[in-house]
Amino acid sequence: MPGVRLVQVSKGFGRIRAVDRVSLEVQDGEYVCILGPTGSGKTTLLRLIAGLVEPDEGEVYIGNRLVNQYPPEERDAVYVPQRYALFPHITVLENVAFGSTAKGVDREEAFENSRRTLELVRLGWRADAFPEELSGGMQQRVALARGLASGAKLLLLDEPLGALDARLRVELRDKLRKLVKEQGLTAFHVTHDQEEALTVADRIIVLREGRVQQQGTPFHVYRRPENLFVANFVGGTNFLEGVVAGREREGSYIRLRGDLQVQVQDISYLVDETVVVAVREEKTLIKADVDEEPNTLSGEVKAVRFLGCFTRYEVGLENGDTVASRVPTYTLEKTFTAGSRVKVGFHPVDAMVYPYPSLGLLKEVEVS
Amino acid sequence: MGFLDTLSSNPNARQTVYASAFIFFTALILLPSMLGIFLKRESIGEVFTDPALMGRAQSAIVWSFTVAFLVSTLDLLAGLPLAWFIVRSGSRWVNVVDTLADIPFIIPTAALGFSSFLFWSSPGGISTLFGVEALIPPGVILVMLLHFAFSFPVIVRVIVGELLGYKETYEIAAKTLGAQPFTAVRTVTLPIIKPALVAAFLLAFGRSLSETGATLMVAGPVFENGPVFIKKAKDAGLEGPLVFVSFILIVASVLIFALIRFLGARLRLPTGRVSPFLERGLSRTRSVAARDGVTLLIFIIFVLAPSLFVSLPATYALLDGTFTEAVSGRGVWGGFWQSMLLSYGIGVVATLINIVAGLPVAIMIARNKLGKTSTTLLDMLVNVPIMVPSVALGVSLSFFWNALGSLPELWVLILSHTTITYTYFVRAMAAAVEGVSAEMEETARTLGGRPLTVFRRITLPLTKYSVFSGAVLVFTRSVDETGAAIAVSRQLKTAPVLLVDWVKGVVPVTASERALGVSFLVLTSFLSLLILRLVIRGKR
Repeated sequence: MPGVRLVQVSKGFGRIRAVDRVSLEVQDGEYVCILGPTGSGKTTLLRLIAGLVEPDEGEVYIGNRLVNQYPPEERDAVYVPQRYALFPHITVLENVAFGSTAKGVDREEAFENSRRTLELVRLGWRADAFPEELSGGMQQRVALARGLASGAKLLLLDEPLGALDARLRVELRDKLRKLVKEQGLTAFHVTHDQEEALTVADRIIVLREGRVQQQGTPFHVYRRPENLFVANFVGGTNFLEGVVAGREREGSYIRLRGDLQVQVQDISYLVDETVVVAVREEKTLIKADVDEEPNTLSGEVKAVRFLGCFTRYEVGLENGDTVASRVPTYTLEKTFTAGSRVKVGFHPVDAMVYPYPSLGLLKEVEVS
Repeated sequence: MGFLDTLSSNPNARQTVYASAFIFFTALILLPSMLGIFLKRESIGEVFTDPALMGRAQSAIVWSFTVAFLVSTLDLLAGLPLAWFIVRSGSRWVNVVDTLADIPFIIPTAALGFSSFLFWSSPGGISTLFGVEALIPPGVILVMLLHFAFSFPVIVRVIVGELLGYKETYEIAAKTLGAQPFTAVRTVTLPIIKPALVAAFLLAFGRSLSETGATLMVAGPVFENGPVFIKKAKDAGLEGPLVFVSFILIVASVLIFALIRFLGARLRLPTGRVSPFLERGLSRTRSVAARDGVTLLIFIIFVLAPSLFVSLPATYALLDGTFTEAVSGRGVWGGFWQSMLLSYGIGVVATLINIVAGLPVAIMIARNKLGKTSTTLLDMLVNVPIMVPSVALGVSLSFFWNALGSLPELWVLILSHTTITYTYFVRAMAAAVEGVSAEMEETARTLGGRPLTVFRRITLPLTKYSVFSGAVLVFTRSVDETGAAIAVSRQLKTAPVLLVDWVKGVVPVTASERALGVSFLVLTSFLSLLILRLVIRGKR
């Protein structure tokens, strides 16, 4: 029942267009992550669905109902803000029962139901506590229980893990997804953390400046970003500017600055067209010895970052470009230090090619 | 879930409530405050034909602003160190000083005027120490001393509030960068709390401009500022001068408030050059102790003692039989108790009207219901009743309501007191509602709560102490009000107005009766504020 459909929805604040002609369709029971940088319109999109702001144009459907004219209390869509907005003057149990009692459900029945919901999030023992007495993680679970107990089937989670410390975020994001799935809810989860989105979502919608850049499964968005912005925002990527030097059946040749040349599998670009080659950092290999494989470029290690299970090398190429290579630490046959001469390369099949953007590469991938 | 809760989901119903409150504000508060004077603009010509009268009127206006400016500046200079002492000294006397600083708040200004008069200008006061009859005779100096005393707690309260919320880390950062404590305060803290300093100055300025009853008691026969001139003109039936001075006071006050607000935001405090040697000296423990000592001395001599002095003759009144006579309601006391009843009755009605009519406007301001520009405008207009000197406001209201027909005097009084106190309630409530996160209300609605349900169960419980303290503030302010009451009253006299007559000798009473009458007013005000304190303390 609570699938959500947005048709050409726009919302502006003064001269800023926070949401710009967004259309999307989310199925009942789907867990959707809205991913985008600060100011991309994620929260506004969520508030449009909740009915907390009215669209300037377009239609919002929840289930089969056109809800543009419905006030928030009649949409059955619970909004959970980043700081949870637990009511500080009433107990945890009263917070959880708020939705039911506000709708006129008998108090006893509402409280009984709320106790059961609190057990579900394993907080039954804190029913009589006040919100300020709970840890951040517990407050998040109470906010979820409050949404569940209200009977709503659509959860609108605005950065639900944003107020928690890094370790707790990782722990709770899996539990959050599990709970939503077990209860058969539809969830919109707003985040700017790509790792969080990739981990919990059935589907990711990437937003930028109020517009949908791409939507699809996490795997699809990661492996096949539709534009340079998505390629940069979701996962670490190297960008190399060049011109198509030749096309053959097995691939194209791209001439980079300094007369370097690489081969890519994509043959959809014409000769002399200016393009950008994008390669994921983990697909960029780094070696010490000379290699006759295609796409091997010489360079010097400029910086080494140890990231625990990964090590990230920044390599300055002979043409002045810089590429990064992210290598699982335990697979490294040899470690390099700053100043080491190395070879970096990638397989043609791992290179993604995009037309050179009219406003320049930096502007295109800019996050804020 | 009641019918009203369900109705509140209807946007038209909500708009109707907001529109009604807005119309009430515009038609019954704002327009009468400004329009009354304009209705009588033709009579202003009278002043221009009489140079002597014109000279008096101009001098009164200049004195009003001069006194207000000087007193507010001195209050700021004396109040800032005391606020600092209360928040930062860590002395075990802090709680005592903190409570004592509120005393001029507790005492109605009319009573404070009488108390100051007794302290500075009567043979039984401080004059005895100097062997003179009146150390400071009634006149401009006494008016300034009085205004200094009653504006002082306003300054201290605002700055204490600001300093409590100020993050000391800025100051610590400055010190770790090598600044002396005095330098850190001067160049970092004071510029950061500048908005509060400007607000405190404005409040003291407005309070000084508005004060009427107490000023009348200490002005003496010669000195005239705006309110004193207006009172004399009213008594003499001179409508032209009355309108002229009221008009100038209203326009000049609004302009000055707007100017200070505008410049205050842009003005940079002159931090000047740092003199390490001098500022190190001023940061030393001995210098700080000397500063605290002088601050407390000023507070005791110029604020505390004159405010409390009335209790001395009141004690005599308990012994010489005046108290028994007062309780029995004989002689002048019959009229006194009627006036007290009238004051408190008007206070209750004005408070109730303000709660009903002010709350929606407070929500409109706090929640930006009219959009940014219109809400800012409404926010500014709500301040008009406190920007305008209350006696000038009273004159305007009196003309406005009388022009509309023969509205009973009691209603004119109630409307005047509602107007005078409206800003206090709306301001207090708007701040309280702003303090409740809008996200909380929004979340409550997405959980199924109708707007009225959310207000009843979330917003109101979280702001109920502000509603209560706002109501007590309105009530005590209404009971204390003298200026507007003097301007609009014909037959009916509220307690402060009656006491002004007693002190000025319009009604022949003994010194004991005067002191006891004033003390009754002080006592009842004190009880109201005591309830407020207890409630607020209960909250903590």
